[in-house]
Amino acid sequence: MSEPRLEVKKTSKLFIGGAFPRSESGRSYVVSSAAGEFLCNAAWASRKDVRDAVVAARGAQPRWSTATAYNRGQVLYRVAELLEARRGQFVHEVRAAEGATARSAAAQVDAAIDRWVWYAGWSDKLAQVAGSSNPVAGPYFNFSVPEPTGVIGIVAPTDSALLGLVSVVAPVLAAGNTVVVLADEQRPIPAVSLTEVLATADVPAGVVNLLTGPADELVPVLAAHRDVDGLDLAGAEPVLAAAAEASGATNIKRISRGVAPGHDWRRDPGTARLLRFVETKTVWHPIGS
Amino acid sequence: MQTVGDLGVRHAPLDDVVASAYRGAASSDVSSLISSQDRLARFLAGLPGVDQVGCEQRAAALATRSIKTTAKLTAIELAISMIDLTTLEGADTHGKVRTLCAKARRPEPTDDVVPHVAAVCVYPDLVATARHALSGSGVAVASVATAFPSGRASLAVKLADVGDAVAAGADEVDMVIDRGAFLQGDVGRVVEEIVAVKEACAGAHLKVILETGELATYDNVRRAAWLAMLGGADFVKTSTGKVTPASTVPVALVLLEAVRDFSSVTGRTVGVKVAGGIRTSKDAIRYLVAVNETVGPEWLVASRFRLGASSLLNDLLRQRRKQLTGQYAGSDDVSVE
Repeated sequence: MSEPRLEVKKTSKLFIGGAFPRSESGRSYVVSSAAGEFLCNAAWASRKDVRDAVVAARGAQPRWSTATAYNRGQVLYRVAELLEARRGQFVHEVRAAEGATARSAAAQVDAAIDRWVWYAGWSDKLAQVAGSSNPVAGPYFNFSVPEPTGVIGIVAPTDSALLGLVSVVAPVLAAGNTVVVLADEQRPIPAVSLTEVLATADVPAGVVNLLTGPADELVPVLAAHRDVDGLDLAGAEPVLAAAAEASGATNIKRISRGVAPGHDWRRDPGTARLLRFVETKTVWHPIGS
Repeated sequence: MQTVGDLGVRHAPLDDVVASAYRGAASSDVSSLISSQDRLARFLAGLPGVDQVGCEQRAAALATRSIKTTAKLTAIELAISMIDLTTLEGADTHGKVRTLCAKARRPEPTDDVVPHVAAVCVYPDLVATARHALSGSGVAVASVATAFPSGRASLAVKLADVGDAVAAGADEVDMVIDRGAFLQGDVGRVVEEIVAVKEACAGAHLKVILETGELATYDNVRRAAWLAMLGGADFVKTSTGKVTPASTVPVALVLLEAVRDFSSVTGRTVGVKVAGGIRTSKDAIRYLVAVNETVGPEWLVASRFRLGASSLLNDLLRQRRKQLTGQYAGSDDVSVE
């Protein structure tokens, strides 16, 4: 007969610069399942954690944005491989978080992994589709290429803890941006597990940073931070999103507005999110007479 | 009762330890002490040892001081006024030095409350450019010299280097000591060089770089600091910035206690400059706390304490904006040299 074991309970941490710190403030909050059962204590990030995450994302920006698109695609595909290996864990966590049936949770995790693979494939095709060589009246070879915007703050969707998250994070990474993601306050566990995958998948430290905590406390800080170049307000409440949009204007952040409630994340996303956080650079190259 | 107990022999009165060693060795004046290698070596060996654990513990304790809001704003502006804005690269150009000088005169162009920095620190061949760009600004021109950073050259070459810098208009000269000679016990040679360089400075302020990262122990740092002060240094400086580890708070504590003891025994005030690896406002404020707690607030002036740095200024400016606006500043908000 086996001895009874002590429970080994997990405390959910933040993910900043490739490390898993607790909140600098020492605060935490309780995360419950859809059925109201205790799941874990999660770190309650503070504005200083936001600052640290932005510093990490800024530091990682040059290397990630100048890596070859092919290399970025390979790294992202590796993430999908590791997601697949942990499929069972994610199904369990999505089920607990969203109160979904086993079948529905499995379908969501499968869709999330497939979407990650899909976006990984887009990494080295983006410039071909979004770039162009332009006919001009002069002795120039004129071409336009998409370049990453920089450091992007992302407010994760509230209704889909894994598929929604992957749908907003992966395209921004594929385009060469680094991100600071604010996970859904009530369902952060699949997001935290995703960071554990990212940490072991050759994604350089600081490319993805994850914060957990209340949106109304953290979104305004992220929106006002002048070193953040873009803001995806996918999961922000309308009032919060409007305020974030206003304060984001101080350094002319590129803003992506929230998605409508009840958005079906399983739908084919198209290339819209890939192209949301890129800047077009046009080059006039003299070709002589 | 003033003591050297913080770092050295606990609760031993200063007079008993340093002063008696000093008076015994010096008998009448400094020149007689430094003119005899034997007496100088005996005096330095007689300096109380530094309690390494205690020193590092004290530095760690001071680092936990919380400086917030208005105090932080004051500290940031104070730190800006103490900066020796430095560029010491092989790739330095006249244009880069002029840009740096413009920034030194007016670190925050949109706000004239922000003071100018204390000095601009360059190689000797760029002193004239800096002198011209800084005329009438109140910002001093500092020049490294004496075959910086290694100091591996003959005395004649070192003195010529100093002469160049002074002739081009340097107000301050940063010399390096001969660490090799110091480590092999040839303290007489080290002090002779310092005396000769001081003479060549012809009135320019002399900062003596100890390169503490190469001195191995805190005891050596204390001895080298005394050696530099006896040789006539106006400032003792931690590091060239070219060697790791560069400046640390424990090393700064040792230097601050050395200048305090020296001032108490001889009545002459010597400044401290920390340099190398100081990049964030938090680092800078830690040094200011150490100064305040070791030698007192009257040392919190640019004539007695300096921070040698290049990227630190931008971080101070960003943190200052954060204090004033509540928004974290962006990396594009400050000029990059």
